Amino acid sequence: MSAEVLHKPAPEYELPVRNSSPWRAWLWLAVPLLFVAAFFIYPLLQIGAQSFLDKSGAPVGLENWRYEIASPAVQTAVGTTVKIAGMSTLGALILGTFVALALSFVPFRGAGFITRLIETVVSFPSFLIPLAFSILYGRTGVVNSVVESLAPGVPPLNFVNDVPGVVLAEVAFYTPFVVRPLLAVFSLIPRELIDVAASLGSSPLAIVRTVILPAAVPALAAAAGLTFLLTMNEFGIILFTGAKNVMTLPMLIYTRSIVTFDFPSAAVIACLQVGLSLSVYCLYRWITKKLSGAHHAAAR
Amino acid sequence: MLLHAKSARFTIWAFLAAALLLLVGAPLLVTFMAAFAGSWNGVLPSNPTLDHVGGALATDNLSSLMVSLQTALFASLLAVLLGTWAALCACSSPANSAVSRVSDAVFHLPAAVPSVVVGLGLLTAFSKPPLLLNGTVAIVILAQTLLVLAFAYSTVSAATRDADPLIPLAAASLGASRLRVLVTIRLPLLLPSIVAAAGLAVALCMGELGATVMVYPASWRTLPVTIFTLTDRGALFDAAANTLVLIAVTVTVLAVIAKFRGKTAVR
Repeated sequence: MSAEVLHKPAPEYELPVRNSSPWRAWLWLAVPLLFVAAFFIYPLLQIGAQSFLDKSGAPVGLENWRYEIASPAVQTAVGTTVKIAGMSTLGALILGTFVALALSFVPFRGAGFITRLIETVVSFPSFLIPLAFSILYGRTGVVNSVVESLAPGVPPLNFVNDVPGVVLAEVAFYTPFVVRPLLAVFSLIPRELIDVAASLGSSPLAIVRTVILPAAVPALAAAAGLTFLLTMNEFGIILFTGAKNVMTLPMLIYTRSIVTFDFPSAAVIACLQVGLSLSVYCLYRWITKKLSGAHHAAAR
Repeated sequence: MLLHAKSARFTIWAFLAAALLLLVGAPLLVTFMAAFAGSWNGVLPSNPTLDHVGGALATDNLSSLMVSLQTALFASLLAVLLGTWAALCACSSPANSAVSRVSDAVFHLPAAVPSVVVGLGLLTAFSKPPLLLNGTVAIVILAQTLLVLAFAYSTVSAATRDADPLIPLAAASLGASRLRVLVTIRLPLLLPSIVAAAGLAVALCMGELGATVMVYPASWRTLPVTIFTLTDRGALFDAAANTLVLIAVTVTVLAVIAKFRGKTAVR
């Protein structure tokens, strides 16, 4: 853009927004950019630097990395993190697809209220669910004391502070993240399309499989990616279930730094976690871009 | 519409009711009942009491609540300010220019990193010179700001993309200065999304645990941290009462924030 254009707000009929020069745009962006650089990028670099130092701050080269990568605790934690995130994502996808299908295509009075309720729950603290689970199904919880009084001798339920408890709590918390985008997509599907398919003899299951779900693939992929990323990074839910043997990477970082003050070790694990999270994040961006592009092309 | 047989519809509804009860109903209901329960050894709680809720509103826990509220409000204000600023910058440049691509990448990034790592980073970077923040209130506010910045940015920038670009242009062609266009046209048009971003930010900050638990000084303990220590000690009913208070206060704040949106006419 030349300088004259800047001073003359002449009626440009192409695209109206480019009336500022690039360096000026950078200058304006500098304020928020500096904030993120100072309080996010710089701290991440400091974690990176810390991973090459020992506890007293002396450089030790790759010693910390060699030790942590070979340690069974870290290897198990990577596996546990991916496993928990995978199972929670799968559960949330299945449950979320069902809930969204039922709310959109088998409507009833009050469906709108339920939708709003689901949207409200997303803004509640995540630890509400593991807390309620502990009260209900915990070792000394309600269900166990009822079972104990009705049928003494039955082994008590004890899944809350183990893998199933964590996965169930994460499924319960993250299902709305799948339901919301799906409801938006489902509301765009013309009802006539479904009626036509039904009048041509398709069963409801076939309609879901051949008409509804193909339209929802980009939204489903995006929701799956986002849920996987968030469950991989999840900390509050696991901390609240008090599951000692569900040691995911965020839990390990917390334990190493705050509980045992081993910051070099925490730094290495944090680097591993950031690498993993950012890979998933880039994959998610790439897939959503690709799928939404393909979708638009198909629509045209 | 998909199902015409009544029995099939009822089957689906039964499953839906069960799923929603498990997801939404049970946690809320159980927390509510436990908050007022003296003991709970049968199907229903017994010995109803106001002690837990009273305790949640007494000295120590009340100060935790005030800490949470102040942190959330400060952090959200900062995040919404920075997020809106960045979104406005990004939308003033062409869609695939370097400016908008860099800002999209940078301002979404903090949400992709675990909150624990955000906390660890602040702790590592600011426990030594040039800037000592460890043990201050500022580090807690910074941690929460970073975590909600991405949500604030993406909410407002989605609205800037949907906004009609001809309206500010029309104002400019009639001779309004850039500042005037920004203050009287662009910001008011974006107000609903800014308010929505603020609400989301406050809700997320009020329940934030991962980064806060890494950086909080003993003198500035937020309510989620207090609730965690109660749960850890096994005081589940007290934890439930505090959670209930937290949710009630959050919902109230959100209702107040939503009032601001009501004053703008959106057509």
